[in-house]
Amino acid sequence: MTQPSARAIGVAKVFVFATALIPFALLVRMVLIDQLGPNPIETLNRFTGDWTLRFLLITLAVTPLRQITGWQYLLRLRRMLGLFAFFYVCLHFLSWLWIDKLFDVDEIVKDVIKRPFITVGFTSFMLLVPLAVTSTQAMVRRLGGRRWRTLHRLVYAIGVGGVVHYWWLVKSDIREPLIYAVILTILLGYRVWAYRRRLPARATSAA
Amino acid sequence: MLIKQPADVRFSEITDENVYRERRRFLQQAAAAGLLLAPGLNAWAEDARQKLANVKLGSYSTVEKLTSYRDVTSYNNFYEFGTDKSDPADNAKNFKIRPWSIAVEGDVKRPAVYQLEDFIKPYALEERVYRLRCVEAWSMVVPWVGFSLNEVIKRAEPTARAKYVQFTTLLDPERMPGQRGGFLGAGLDWPYVEGLRLDEAMHPLTIFAVGLYGEVLPNQNGAPLRLVVPWKYGFKSIKSIVKMTFMEKEPATTWNKSSPREYGFYSNVNPDVDHPRWSQAHETRVGEDSLLTRLTRKRKTLPFNGYAEQVASLYTGMDLKKFF
Repeated sequence: MTQPSARAIGVAKVFVFATALIPFALLVRMVLIDQLGPNPIETLNRFTGDWTLRFLLITLAVTPLRQITGWQYLLRLRRMLGLFAFFYVCLHFLSWLWIDKLFDVDEIVKDVIKRPFITVGFTSFMLLVPLAVTSTQAMVRRLGGRRWRTLHRLVYAIGVGGVVHYWWLVKSDIREPLIYAVILTILLGYRVWAYRRRLPARATSAA
Repeated sequence: MLIKQPADVRFSEITDENVYRERRRFLQQAAAAGLLLAPGLNAWAEDARQKLANVKLGSYSTVEKLTSYRDVTSYNNFYEFGTDKSDPADNAKNFKIRPWSIAVEGDVKRPAVYQLEDFIKPYALEERVYRLRCVEAWSMVVPWVGFSLNEVIKRAEPTARAKYVQFTTLLDPERMPGQRGGFLGAGLDWPYVEGLRLDEAMHPLTIFAVGLYGEVLPNQNGAPLRLVVPWKYGFKSIKSIVKMTFMEKEPATTWNKSSPREYGFYSNVNPDVDHPRWSQAHETRVGEDSLLTRLTRKRKTLPFNGYAEQVASLYTGMDLKKFF
C-alpha cells in the first residue's frame, strides 16, 4: 500500500486535533451558557471521565487497526490521541482536586488511601504522567526505542485501571462500564492473540 | 438551628413565580380551548399538572430556598424508570396510575386493600417543605404535599407484635421498564422494598406524599403515593407504594440486600459515617451550588439532615457507626 504524502498526514493531524477538541468545546459552551444541568459538578466529572476513557480506548485501537488494515500512517496519529486522553484526565483530576476536595490535602490523602475506586483512578493517572512526559520524539531517542516501548506498555494497565475505576464507582447499573470493559478486552485480547500467533513462526525460523 | 416554624406565607408566594405563571397560563389556555372538559383527552389531561385543593401549611417546614420545580421533576433516582437522572422524567411520562390499590397487611388488626382514593380520603393534606439528602451527596428542598404516616398506622391498628413496617413498590415490568432485564438491568432485585422501625414510621416528620409544589405528584417523583422520611437518605423514601406490611422482624430492604456494606437499614443522614466509596461530609444543593460557588466553598451535611432535634432521641444509646 502506498503511503500518503507528508502533506496528507499533516491534514489528517489537523483534522484529528480539531475533532478531539470538540468535546472540550462543548464543555466550555455548557459552562458558559449554564447548561451543565441540575448537578453541574457531577456532569463535569462524568463528562471529563467519559472522554478520558474514550480517548484511552481510541489510542489503544490504533495498533490493532493499523495491523488489520495495513494503514501504517495511523501510527503517526497515536501520540496526539494519547495526549488527548491525558488532557481530559487532567481536567477530570483537577475537577476532583478543586471542586470536590477544595485542595484539602488531608481529605485527598484519605480518599486515595481509603477508597479503592479513587486509589485505582489516582494510580492510573499517576502512571499516565510519565507516558505524557516521554511522548516527544526527543524522549523516544533519549530512552531508545526498546525501553520506550516497554515503558509505554504501561498504557495497558492504565486502560484496565480506568475501566475498573468507573466500574467501582457505579452504584448498581454496570451497563456503561461493561461496554468500556468489553471494548478494552477486545483491544487487549487482540494483542495477546497477535503475539501468540507470531510465536510459533519465530520458533520455526529459529530451528 | 435550621428548622423553623414557617412564617405566615401563602403557598403562592413561595412558588417560583415563573412556574406559577406558566401554570396559570396553561390552565387558562386549556380552559379556553375546552380541553379540560373534552372526555377523549383524559389521558392527556392526566399528564397535565393538576393542582391539589385544600392544602394547608403543615408544621416542620424549612424556610430555605426551594429547589426549582424543573429540577425536582427532572433530576430523579427512580431506577424502575431507568438509571440516568433524566430517565424517570422521560420514561414515566405515560405511566398509568389508575387503578391503583394499596394493601395494608401483616401484624395489624385492620388489614385491608384500599383503592387509592379511599386510602387517601380520611386525611387532610398538608404542605411540608423538607430537605432531601441523597446518598449520592446531592440535596434538594422540596415542598411536598401529604399526610402523616402515623395517622395511617393508627387507622391500621398494629398489634403488639408489630415492630417494623415494610413498604413495597409496584412490580410491573410492563409499566416500569427499568424492572426488565435482570442482571443487565439496573442490577437491583424487584420489587423495590423499604422499611422503617415502627417508631420511625410513627414520627410526626414521616409522611406519605401525594403531591409537590401544590400539585399532584408527578410520575417521576413516585406517583401516586410515596414515603418521605427527611432525616434519612433519599432511597429510604420509597416511591409508588402498593403495599405496607407490619412485621416483627427487620425487613430486608432493596439497597441493603444489594450492598450491605454501603447501605444500612437505618441510613440516617450522617456526615460522620462515610459511604465506603465517598464522603458524606458535604453535599451539593441541586440548582444552587454552581460550579463557581463550589470553587471556593462546600456545603456541610448536617447530622440527621438537620432534623437531629426532632429525631435524635429515637436512637438514644445506639452506636450510629454500627447501625448506619
